[in-house]
Amino acid sequence: MTLDFAFLEWSMVSSFVLRGLLFSLQLTLVALLGGMALGTVLALLRLSGRPWLAIPAATYVNTMRSIPLVMVILWFFLLIPLLIGRPMGAELSALVTFTLFEAAYFSEIMRAGIQSVPAGQVHAGYAVGMTYLQAMRMVVLPQAFRNMLPVLLTQTVILFQDTSLVYAIGAYDMLKGFEVAGRNFNRPVEIYLVAAVAYFCICFGLSSLARAVQARIQIVR
Amino acid sequence: MSWGWVLASWDWLVFCNDTVSGERVSGCIGPIGEVTYFEWMLSAWGWTLSVALSALVVALVAGSLVGIARTTSNRWWVGFGGGWTELFRNIPLLVQIFLWYHVVPALFPALKAVPSFVLVVIALGFFTSARISEQVRAGIQSLPRGQRYAGSALGFTPSQTYRYVLLPMAFRIVIPPLTSESMNIIKNSSVAFAVSIPELTMFAMQAQEETARGVEIYLAVTGLYFLSAFAVNRVAAMVERRVRLPGTAGTK
Repeated sequence: MTLDFAFLEWSMVSSFVLRGLLFSLQLTLVALLGGMALGTVLALLRLSGRPWLAIPAATYVNTMRSIPLVMVILWFFLLIPLLIGRPMGAELSALVTFTLFEAAYFSEIMRAGIQSVPAGQVHAGYAVGMTYLQAMRMVVLPQAFRNMLPVLLTQTVILFQDTSLVYAIGAYDMLKGFEVAGRNFNRPVEIYLVAAVAYFCICFGLSSLARAVQARIQIVR
Repeated sequence: MSWGWVLASWDWLVFCNDTVSGERVSGCIGPIGEVTYFEWMLSAWGWTLSVALSALVVALVAGSLVGIARTTSNRWWVGFGGGWTELFRNIPLLVQIFLWYHVVPALFPALKAVPSFVLVVIALGFFTSARISEQVRAGIQSLPRGQRYAGSALGFTPSQTYRYVLLPMAFRIVIPPLTSESMNIIKNSSVAFAVSIPELTMFAMQAQEETARGVEIYLAVTGLYFLSAFAVNRVAAMVERRVRLPGTAGTK
């Protein structure tokens, strides 16, 4: 068969795809920021040295990391309405799910980053009279964030790709936008090629950025 | 509805229901020609394992070849390997599965007869091969450069150098990251639901809808995913112990 890309116009993008792209970006950004905040807390709990804090945090992280993301999405879509007693939109459910799910992955990155800072620096912090939280905030975390920036960016690329899995609950993301457009213009085959190119450009751009950051950090060290 | 309601109203016997009539079958195994949700789930588990393990084979073969290509001295091979890795790493798995399922058969009519199972296995396999190629490349490049020179000095051809000198070392170095990729592939096989492969996630979605017993069904499916990933982890740990390089950390 021959491919026909005549339907590719700005009006197609603006009326179907743009809304989805914005949601994909919103989902990525919310999960990134929320996941990082929550992930930092989880990492600090695991490194606190107190079993009653570390064990629940570790259980949470390991559970999330052993379940397929699609199942996690389905779980939350099923459980949140049972818990709050009323139905919740697919988009809102996806935002909650991705934040809680990514927190587990970010906490592992964070933990590795924190552990990359020599323990002597924490002790030095204590020696000048800092508390645990002060030593973390002013000595360890600024360095840890910098050490893990490349991994963090790589994880962000994976996160952006994973947002397409909200397909399972029918949320309107970029992929869905392309699909709807494909149905409207009766171009179900071509549209997947276009979607693939769009995802590739965004993800390749982000990956290249991650590499550039990595190269820069390596020179600074 | 609250947690108490969720817990108090568990009905695990839902798995003994007939998938067509919805009636309870004693013994949980339907008579010939009829299937209970329990049997359906077991068959779905089989699909998940078949997709994941077949894709793992594809990923290991393709990923190793591409990873090796990226360490050769031929710049065309290096470019091909780099392009392969970037291509399959920067498109979401779901989109890749759609490409193989909707686009490839439309472009190549000869492939129309290929079962969707094979297409999904190729999609998942190639997607994972990009990650494996990175690790194989890193494993080969972590070897001292002198080993390659030593191979040439002994009169080995490049392929002999790889076969007898570099790869036996590199693959053993690469096994730990490959273990986590094998566990990922079990998890990622869940995306096959999107093209109606009757695997565990597909089962979970459909059975949830039919029985309205989502919690029980999701718990069972999640448990099976745990079990599968754990089994892969144990097998990989065994392989790792058996092929571990003497004299490296962890050996006796």
